[in-house]
Amino acid sequence: MTLKSLLIATTTFMATGALAQEITVWDWKSGDPVTAAYFDSAKAAFEAAHPGATVNFVVQPHDQYYTLLGTALASGEAPDVLLLHGGAQTTTRADALVNLTDMAGGFGGLDAFSMEGQTYALPLTIQGFVIYYNRARYTEAGLDPNAPPQTYDDLIAACDAIIAAGAVPCFAMGNKEGFGGEFAATLATANSFTPDDYAAWTAGTMPWTDPKVRAIVELWVDGATRGWYQDGANSTAKFMDEYESFMRGEAAHTVGLLSDVAHWKQFDEFLGAENVGAFAFPTPGTEVARLPFAGGIGWGVTAGSDQQELALDLVRILTDGEREAIFAIDTGALPANSAVDTSALSSPTLTTILGLMSSVPAGMPHAVLNPVVLEEWKRQSQTLLNGETTVDDVIAAMEATRLANPQ
Amino acid sequence: MTISPTPKRRRGSRAERRFALMFLLPTLALIGIFRIYPLLRGFWLSFTDTNGLGQGSYIGAENYIRAVTDPNFQASIVNTLLLLATLPIWIMLPMLLAILIHQGVPGGRMFRAVYFLPAVLSSVIVGSIFNVVLRYDGSLNAALGAIGIDAVDWLGGSATALGSLIAVQLWSTFGMSVLIFMSGLSTVPDDIIEAARIDGATFWQRLFLIIIPSLRPIIEFVAVVTTIGVLTSMFGLIYVLTGGGPGTATTMPEFLIWLEQGKLNRPGYAAAISMILFLMMAGVATAQVRIMSRNARV
Repeated sequence: MTLKSLLIATTTFMATGALAQEITVWDWKSGDPVTAAYFDSAKAAFEAAHPGATVNFVVQPHDQYYTLLGTALASGEAPDVLLLHGGAQTTTRADALVNLTDMAGGFGGLDAFSMEGQTYALPLTIQGFVIYYNRARYTEAGLDPNAPPQTYDDLIAACDAIIAAGAVPCFAMGNKEGFGGEFAATLATANSFTPDDYAAWTAGTMPWTDPKVRAIVELWVDGATRGWYQDGANSTAKFMDEYESFMRGEAAHTVGLLSDVAHWKQFDEFLGAENVGAFAFPTPGTEVARLPFAGGIGWGVTAGSDQQELALDLVRILTDGEREAIFAIDTGALPANSAVDTSALSSPTLTTILGLMSSVPAGMPHAVLNPVVLEEWKRQSQTLLNGETTVDDVIAAMEATRLANPQ
Repeated sequence: MTISPTPKRRRGSRAERRFALMFLLPTLALIGIFRIYPLLRGFWLSFTDTNGLGQGSYIGAENYIRAVTDPNFQASIVNTLLLLATLPIWIMLPMLLAILIHQGVPGGRMFRAVYFLPAVLSSVIVGSIFNVVLRYDGSLNAALGAIGIDAVDWLGGSATALGSLIAVQLWSTFGMSVLIFMSGLSTVPDDIIEAARIDGATFWQRLFLIIIPSLRPIIEFVAVVTTIGVLTSMFGLIYVLTGGGPGTATTMPEFLIWLEQGKLNRPGYAAAISMILFLMMAGVATAQVRIMSRNARV
């Protein structure tokens, strides 16, 4: 082959590649066989709508996702479309994302993907925290499994009975990465925060000395002092040691998720649907136990994408009612698109959860906290569990961190 | 006899120098692209408030001031100093084991292989193994329970987490030091040891008066290499075993750099910590070069 023909062949090959229009998508979900139908359906719909265009889903490791994404964005090598968690993981990257406000009608949980009224990713799922309990453990402890705690005093009484029965701890607790403390930040505030509190908290102007914020630290310590958690919580990973412990029936409660991780479904499968119950976490001094939830994960388009129109259409397909229904039914996640019919998802626990979501909804304050402040709280939660510091010292440290790191 | 003056080193012709430069260029290019440029880039980033999405603004020494006043960075330096305080163990243990093997203890070859085996395992695998051993419901506590000793939260307690981490790192790396010491021992003249034995020197006298002084260059080499190793290669273990906690009990500068860059999206601050760590490492490297130069003249 002459040099001339080689050059022609190479140029032709490169031109063909350029014309092929490939949309690159980063996520941490498409490698999961359970989600295969969702991704296949989206790919097929997109490629049918755009002949000649292809979608390349690139699975990235979940625990390194934002490190890799940060490097890719900084070097201008970011994908066209990307999966994001709601809250700070989206809003801190708003400068690198296309404004999707015009496409955001009909979705729940938009707050987690929005900043100053503008939306930067379309939610795929709803995430929230709910207290799951093992009904068999309730019966063993002489408790009525059909009457889960409604107030904090009820919860104290239930835990006292479970601890007295002696078989298992009241709560499975994993705080190795500080997630136990992180979840507690939302549980302690969801019932008491007013819309004004939530706005001040989001803006970073609510001090940790405020009684409603101080309650995060006090509630965390109260649970530890009462002996609700198993020993070794600081060396137990929430994902998945804590949940596996609950699924083995080795704890009466766990603070579980409603999200792309559908705990109600997992727990139903392991413990039997008849043995799983759910309730919203009651807190001291509040009359109603609310169920905190917000947007879970969602799809965004990078501002640097040179194929934005195609990328936007792919996001539209990835979040339409048909696709979100497939994802919800296959994974058990709760869809964010209000057009999705969730009647195919059936479980007594899920029925309870959906009822709580519609009757006593609340936001998720931890999700909008400055990541630096949240990281400090995770550290402090560990030293509190070990009894190495006091509530007042932690409040002072958290307030100093808040002031040093404005939102 | 006359001693001729040392001839001047020939610098070669221009063509030869060009030819030599041609051989050096690939290496210089690699060092420039993958070492010098990232270093300079990191140095620049450390003076900006970039969030990774753009160049950021120049903020002077603010990131360095933040590092000095950051309790988490201070804790990471304290942890590093605690780690370095254990250096004698990192040197003495492999040295004593190497001496015992060199003295011909039964099964010496097997011990040498067994000691070296962990050195070929990645830190993530070692971390996963010891996670099973050291967790609260792990095998170590089960063994202690069998003899009536209460369980200890080795990885979750502030008093034990750093020590556990150091012990695991020591376990996984001391085999390499044993090999280095064994190669050093092979250079200790047997006739001197034998002469001392004939003169009635005890084992301990031979050890402290002949063997250890002869091993001084090796001891210094192991000290420098081990120091660099523990300062830069603990990330995998920390990530798997403790996540830097509880609190900041096992947070080292390299882990903090990852946290600030990867999780908290503050590359400017992470770069400032990196620069400080780089200066620490440069100090160790300088000491290493001086020691090597001195030993080369011994």
